[in-house]
Order: sequence, then C-alpha cells, then structure tokens
Amino acid sequence: MDIIVTLKQVPDPEAPKESFRIDDTAMKILNPANVDPVINGFDENAIEAALQMREAVGGKVVAISMGEEGATRALKQALAMGVDEGVLLHDAAFANADATSTAYVLAEAIKKIGTYQLILCGRQASDWDQAQVPSGIAEFLGLPSVTAVQKVEVQGDMFRVQRLLEDGYEVLDVRPPCLVTISNEANKPRYPTLKGIMAAGKKKIPVWNTAELGVDPAHVGNAGARTKVTRLYIPRFEGKCEFIEGETPEEMGEKLALRLRELKII
Amino acid sequence: MAQGVLVFAEVAEGGLTALAREMLGAGRRLADALGEPLMTAVLGSGVQEAAQEAVYHGADSVYVADAPALGHYETLPYSAVMAQIAEQTTPNILLIGMGDTGRELGPRLAFRLRTGLASDCVELTINPQTKVMEATRPVSGGNAMATVVIEHTRPQMATVRGKTMEPAARDTSRQGTIVPVTVQLEASPAAVTLVERVKAEAAGVRLEDAEIVISGGRGLKGPDDFHAVLSPCAKVLGAAVGASRAAVDEGWVPSPMQVGLTGKIVSPKLYVACAISGAAQHMAGCGYSKTIVAVNRDPDAPIYQRANIGVVGDYKRVIPAFQKKCEELLK
Repeated sequence: MDIIVTLKQVPDPEAPKESFRIDDTAMKILNPANVDPVINGFDENAIEAALQMREAVGGKVVAISMGEEGATRALKQALAMGVDEGVLLHDAAFANADATSTAYVLAEAIKKIGTYQLILCGRQASDWDQAQVPSGIAEFLGLPSVTAVQKVEVQGDMFRVQRLLEDGYEVLDVRPPCLVTISNEANKPRYPTLKGIMAAGKKKIPVWNTAELGVDPAHVGNAGARTKVTRLYIPRFEGKCEFIEGETPEEMGEKLALRLRELKII
Repeated sequence: MAQGVLVFAEVAEGGLTALAREMLGAGRRLADALGEPLMTAVLGSGVQEAAQEAVYHGADSVYVADAPALGHYETLPYSAVMAQIAEQTTPNILLIGMGDTGRELGPRLAFRLRTGLASDCVELTINPQTKVMEATRPVSGGNAMATVVIEHTRPQMATVRGKTMEPAARDTSRQGTIVPVTVQLEASPAAVTLVERVKAEAAGVRLEDAEIVISGGRGLKGPDDFHAVLSPCAKVLGAAVGASRAAVDEGWVPSPMQVGLTGKIVSPKLYVACAISGAAQHMAGCGYSKTIVAVNRDPDAPIYQRANIGVVGDYKRVIPAFQKKCEELLK
C-alpha cells in the first residue's frame, strides 16, 4: 500500500487566545510570538490513519507539504511519528496561494511521486478553515474523494470508509486510487518516540520547486489564486454579561431560573 | 455574460431542508440587490414537489434533475449534474448550504467549474460599487473573520453556514418556471458506492431542532455528569444535550452531540454552557443562540465575553437547583 499524506504547518491553535495575531494589511494569520508552529491537528489524524493502515497491510507513507522552508519542521515531525519519506514543496512563487493554487501544486507533486493507492489529508486546516484543498487535489487528479471520515480500512480491492454525517455516518466503498480526508474522531495521533526522532533527524527532506515540479508559473501562488481576502479582522464582542449573584451556587441556580422566567425565555 | 444567482437546494425525504430555505432566502436577497433572477437547482429522486416548493420560496426558475441515480448524495454524480446546470445557466453567483451534502459538493464543484469558493460563510453582501459579492467567513476557529471576493472567475461561489441566513417565506401565489434537466451519467461502475447509513442513537430532542440546548465541556471531567446532571435538567426543559469538542475527543459522548466548528451549528432561544471555557471553536457552533447562559467556576473564562447571563459557580450545584426551580415554574 502506497499512501501519500498532505500536511500543513499552522500557528499552534492551542496557544493562549491572547497571543492570537493577524496582519490585517498582508491578510495573514501570524504565528504567535514564542510559540512554535505545529502540524495542523487534522493532518496529524491523517498521518496516524496512514501509519495504522501501513501497520495493517504493509507499504510506504510519503508526506508532502507546501510551505516556507520552515515547514521542514512539520515534515520532520511526521518522519519522527513514523512516516517513511517527506518532501517539501517550496518556491518563492508559491507564496500567497489560495486553495486553488495550493491544490494545483500538491496535485502536481502527487503526479511526480506517481505510485499511490490512497491520499490522506486532514479534513481542514485550523488556520483558514476552508476545507477546500483536498477536494481540489482530487479534482485535479480526477480521483474519487470522500471528506470528513472517521474510519478507513481495506475491504477487498476497495477502501471502506465511514463518512461523518450530522446524524451519524455513512459507510462507503471507494475504488482506489482515491483521496480521503480524516476527521479528529478517527484516532488519537501518536507521539514521536525518541528512536523516531533520532531516525528522522538523519533523513534528508528534498525540496521541490517550480522547475522540479514542472508546474505552470501562472497557476501557482498568488498568480493562480481565484479568491482574494479583502478584509481580515478580529471580531470584538461587547461582553455585556449580566452576572447572577448569590451566596451559594444553589441560590444562583434558583435565581437563574427566575431571571430566565422574567425574561420570558423559559 | 454570467447573470443571476443559482442556489443548490438540498432535499430530504421529498421536501426542502431548512438549510435549502435559508439558501433561497439569501439567494433572493442577493438577486434583488443585483436586479438579477434567482435560479434554483433541485437534485434527487422524486423531487417534483420540492421543485414547486422552491418556487413558493422565491425561485424564479428551478432546474430539476430527477433521477433514481440521484436518490442519495454522492460527490461525483452530484458534481457532474451541478456542473451541467451551472454551464447551462451561467450564473453570476452560486450558493450551497454547508450541510452534509454542501460541505463536500461545494469545493469539488468549484474546482470542476474552475472558479473560486468562499467556504462556510456567515454573511453575504453585494458591494454597491463593484457589484461583486463580499463573503465573510470565520477563520482560525472563529478567532478572526475574513471577507473574501472572487474577482475574475464566475460563478462567485460560496458555501453558507446553517442558521446564519433568514429563511425565505413561503408564498403559494409565487410563479416560477420549472425546467427539467436531462441527467447523463457515466455508465461505468461507480467509484464510490454506499454500503449503509448509520443513524446515531438520538436520545431525546434533536440538537439542531431544540429550542433549548444544555451543553457540557471539559469541566465535566467524564461522561457521568452528562447523564447525572445535564440530562435530567434537559428533560425538565425539553432541551437537547450538547457537548464541546473536548468532551467528544475524550470519548465521553458521541460525536453527533458536538456543538462547534466541526460539529453542529445550533441557534436555540436558550443555550446553557456548563463548564465550557468558550473556545472560538465552540462559539462557532452556538454563537447565534438568542440567549447564552454560562455556568463556570472560572470568572475569567472567555465564555463570559460572549454570554448574556453568567453564573460563576460549580455546575454540579448550580444546575440541580436551577432544574428544581424550573420544575416549580413550569408546573
């Protein structure tokens, strides 16, 4: 089984809320000061799903990431978790990409890798929350895709997946090669072992740029973008909370009921 | 030239979904702002009535693809038929509700049509000068908001979060054209086949329909108090029980109970958050509630910035007393 996992390095969503920063001129979500960026959480679920599948049926897992040179960090962590190979897709021309130009570069990298039966992605990235790139990759490659999946396994010559629905899930059989996006319900990502970290340290991460990928410069980065962010802002809430006073929690509970009655809410 | 607003109207059990009616409402307002027609696409099997309903809900024309192969949603056939309708109607704007269908169909269709998509939007307006749609969406789990435009490609596509748009009113005197669409799907074996649908056991009131929701978070420290504290109170109020992502990730409650960015979006008249800190992720799912009550021991919890009414105290003691008083009041 040859599996490709796509990764995105993102600002740490677990960082304190006060440290959340944006650049409202460059329209960028910034990394909080003194907090290292991390692998997008849903992508870690995708890595874990890939590793579990490799453990079940054998094979190879390759991780790819488009990003700045610093994104090598995310790939190193994926290697430390147990991924076999990592490739960074980096070129100054890839900057300010949107979902379209990102999906294009990732799809071209997947074509260059060539051999795969399964592409696993996180269901969305926690910085821009778009959930578009995986469907874009599948469309560029002409593959079937299933999104927001909580289980993926081999079933004969198909993949059997559980796609999350609002009221449960549906079980689908998908013909390989295909693309599946993994949700946080799927698993708990493993921590890298010391041995894994040591081994990852020794592995080289090749960097593929425009020339190496043979991509059309008109379709990458800002040049290939179809959407444009015209405003980015942090919403302010008025914070007009009315507090229920009382000597004991029980008294406050009762007063809460009375207040809601007074407001005709209950 | 691209003209008109096309809305994908999701159908369930032969009728328009609540989300479809919201999309028709949003589509009508955008169409009126542009002085352009509102078109609707209805896909499914046995959906003629739903098509007529779309007219009653404001559509000037409805493109109906009625075929057994479309009886349940699958990405590839639905994308193919929607692409066919979009190519036939050349809309300026194309809206899809962010439900089970739309979250997968939207991105796939946008790439098929080689256009841009603003996903999971909560506000759509037309710029009065440029006549371009400005789509505003939460990013970073709701910590920031971004306004997105699609400048050069058409249609301008958006998927739209549920409960954020005023639904269209039903008016049976409305007239509209119903246009049948000939469905031509590939004869080759399907790449994706449905094996079964599994409904989560829904105990009590459905979250998305509930007038009152009472939710628990990480502070419940385990599954027990969902049953011992929250459920009895919910029963008294006729409320549904929800949970934050932390409680789902810990395995305390099943994922269909999750309220939040990657869970359900609810907008009840009353939302009671117990021991929930109020991460943007969670507020994305309940921020549209009419009244938010927060019960938390930490007076500095971020949820108090969003709550209308706050109780600083232990839910284990606040909620049973609250429940008892409610029982008296509701007698």
